[in-house]
Amino acid sequence: MREKEYLFNNANKIDEILVKHGMNRSRIVAIMQDIQNEFGYLPEKNLKYISMKLQTPLSQIYSIATFYRAFSLKPRGKHLVTVCLGTACHVRGGARIVESIQKMFDVKPGEKTKDGLLSLETVNCLGACALGPVVVVDGKYHGHITISRLERIVKGILNENKK
Amino acid sequence: MKIKNSSELKNYYENLIIKTSKREKRTIVLSMGTCGIARGASDILNSIKKEVRKRKLHNRVEIRVTGCHGFCEVEPFLIIYPQGIFYCKLQPADVRQILMESIEKNNIIERLLYTDEKGKKIIKETDIPFYKKQMRLLLGSNRFIDPANIDDYIAQGGYQSLSYVLGNMQPEEVIEEIKKSGLRGRGGGGFPTGRKWELCRRAPEFPKYVICNADEGDPGAYMDRGLLEANPHSIIEGMIIGAYAIGSNYGYVYVRNEYPLAIHHLNIALQQARDYGFLGDDIMGKDFYFDIEMVKGGGAFVCGESTALIASIEGKPGEPRAKYIHTVEAGLYGKPTNINNVETWANVPLVIKNGWQRYSKIGTETSKGTKIFSLVGKIKNSGLIEVPMGITLKQIVFDIGGGIANSKRFKAIQTGGPSGGCLPEAHLDLPVDFDSLSEAGSMMGSGGMIVMDEDTCMVDVARYFVNFLKEESCGKCVPCREGLSAMFEILTRITEGNGKHEDMDLLEEISFAMKNGSLCALGTTASNPVFSTLKYFRDEYIAHIEKKRCPAGVCKNLVHYEIMSDACRGCGACLKICPVSAIQGEKKKPHSIDDTKCIRCGECFEVCKFSAVRRK
Ligand SMILES: Cc1cc2nc3c(=O)[nH]c(=O)nc-3n(C[C@H](O)[C@H](O)[C@H](O)COP(=O)(O)O)c2cc1C
Ligand code: SF4
Ligand code: FES
Repeated sequence: MREKEYLFNNANKIDEILVKHGMNRSRIVAIMQDIQNEFGYLPEKNLKYISMKLQTPLSQIYSIATFYRAFSLKPRGKHLVTVCLGTACHVRGGARIVESIQKMFDVKPGEKTKDGLLSLETVNCLGACALGPVVVVDGKYHGHITISRLERIVKGILNENKK
Repeated sequence: MKIKNSSELKNYYENLIIKTSKREKRTIVLSMGTCGIARGASDILNSIKKEVRKRKLHNRVEIRVTGCHGFCEVEPFLIIYPQGIFYCKLQPADVRQILMESIEKNNIIERLLYTDEKGKKIIKETDIPFYKKQMRLLLGSNRFIDPANIDDYIAQGGYQSLSYVLGNMQPEEVIEEIKKSGLRGRGGGGFPTGRKWELCRRAPEFPKYVICNADEGDPGAYMDRGLLEANPHSIIEGMIIGAYAIGSNYGYVYVRNEYPLAIHHLNIALQQARDYGFLGDDIMGKDFYFDIEMVKGGGAFVCGESTALIASIEGKPGEPRAKYIHTVEAGLYGKPTNINNVETWANVPLVIKNGWQRYSKIGTETSKGTKIFSLVGKIKNSGLIEVPMGITLKQIVFDIGGGIANSKRFKAIQTGGPSGGCLPEAHLDLPVDFDSLSEAGSMMGSGGMIVMDEDTCMVDVARYFVNFLKEESCGKCVPCREGLSAMFEILTRITEGNGKHEDMDLLEEISFAMKNGSLCALGTTASNPVFSTLKYFRDEYIAHIEKKRCPAGVCKNLVHYEIMSDACRGCGACLKICPVSAIQGEKKKPHSIDDTKCIRCGECFEVCKFSAVRRK
């Protein structure tokens, strides 16, 4: 009976992921990563579902979801700006970039804009340190970024939405 | 196709060599690591493909896509073989000319060559000063290897060390060889690798596991990414040799989630190694099974610590545990587990290939071989470098790195990541090895080297690391969790101009408590950035506290930007660039900055052609 409740909510996809990992409890981080990749976040109903399927308390799943940075319990915005705050990027002004984006688009790190179009995130290093400061916009890496160039790029993708 | 024994490998290798020597085609090598791609290498690749098609050059040129060679500063670049012509800082529009002049004809395009300090044009990659003082035993083959093609690795002599080990050596002999070579772990601790293997081999329980630590959480460091992306088979070969020596059948590579390309290349490489019979049953005809599984990290710095990493593979939050019992005795699933860093594993085939005698000739008394560093920050030539242990910091910064960018003054070099420290100019003559750097209050660490100039505020840097660690501490022990929060509060206070003189003593006291009361190395070393900056840059702390001044002009509350009306021509450049519209003024009349709106980004300061913006 309880299982049925969850069956609607893309349970097929989740089952697929679970099977791919052999329903293996110790693969739970990988399972959650796949769910995160699929939906861009970890929907609560899916976590409840895997908790039941893997016979793992929801509290444990929650502790994993909140421990690792890669997971998000809230859906992301349509577009994603990730600013590197690694040391190499920091000494070249990474923090200022976050701050300006925050002010320009009224969005806090880890959150999204009110219209849901833009998420702002920070990361500890992308391994492209020689190009610092580095920003990734929708998967595309931009090295030696300046505040004004980033502003143009972000406004560009936001304008495309309006068309 | 499976390669079943050493003579099959030898034949296969010889055929590959004959095939390449007969090839009349030229090869265009394009560096496409994450950094190359970020610099637009994909567009270059597409243009090359398009032009080759258009000009029907298929029979005359071959394209090889490789990982990062190290000189990220001048990317995107390509090399044309056999001549070895190096063209850098390319634009897609340059491709047509390259194919016309340097492939169809034999000409060299001057304007695309690398120009050295003195304005001299350099044709070959290997003649560039950046590479000259390096010793690229690991990185050197990157330019010959397409990481998605195992044949390229084999053609470089790959898997021959494995073949030799399985054919001629007992596990104990392998361990002895590694011990004698003096190889020490590259993940930060510098533990002797052979000894670790021996302990794991001697542990009575089965199964045993070998793990490659590719979590590379040190911000500002990307040595492991470079190796994984460019030459994944060297790591795999090292792990197979290690597994044989230790007596293990199962391996894991724990990779950072933030490295999608490395994950992709590693997956391909693992599959190819299985297809060729280097992984799986009866490796090279020997009764030896070994396979490797890849596990993606979840983006937590502390998971690089070995016991936390093990917890993470087991599907738990990555919290370290006390090491009363070492992981070599009871690690993954409670079984003997040997963890080594990516670069350590990549060194293993090299030790076997050269023999311990030759390998141990490189380096210093206690630190052998080469070390890869990511030389980044305010340096002219940033990139990945590989140098013999014992080279001085000065040689690295000035001879290889070309000195400080934008003719600024050197201030400090930060090594060892969040566990390391900042060393001032007076220490530049230090040789780089495990022991010298620790003695000076820093650490070699895994290989991050962040260069700082006069525009870097050392109090801000200390605050940066403390904030980083505060976010990344797992929170299990009180001194680490609370100590970091307290330090962060104090450092923030100082950078905001509200610091007190006693704060410096307080910081030292907290450092002491954390060093002694934390469980894992994250906590015990967390105070190093604070400690070393207090020791070497105390005057900057004092300036913040007593004079309410940030000498480097970084700390927001202590700097103001102002337009000097006599110098301002009213060109409007600053008005246009200010991201928060804090600047007003009519055209051709002096402008002014609204201090309440200003976020101190410094863009106006940089953009003004008339030096009319003043920072104070
Ligand atoms: C907080 C913390 C983070 C670490 N991160 C890494 C890492 O990212 N990569 C790594 O190889 N070792 C890391 N280490 C060191 C490992 O615990 C371990 O010593 C190392 O992987 C052993 O390999 P090695 O002997 O080849 O150096 C870290 C240690 C600590 C305490
Ligand atoms: S020292 Fe810090 S990171 Fe390490 S176990 Fe303790 S709280 Fe966790
Ligand atoms: S510090 Fe930003 S990419 Fe490494």
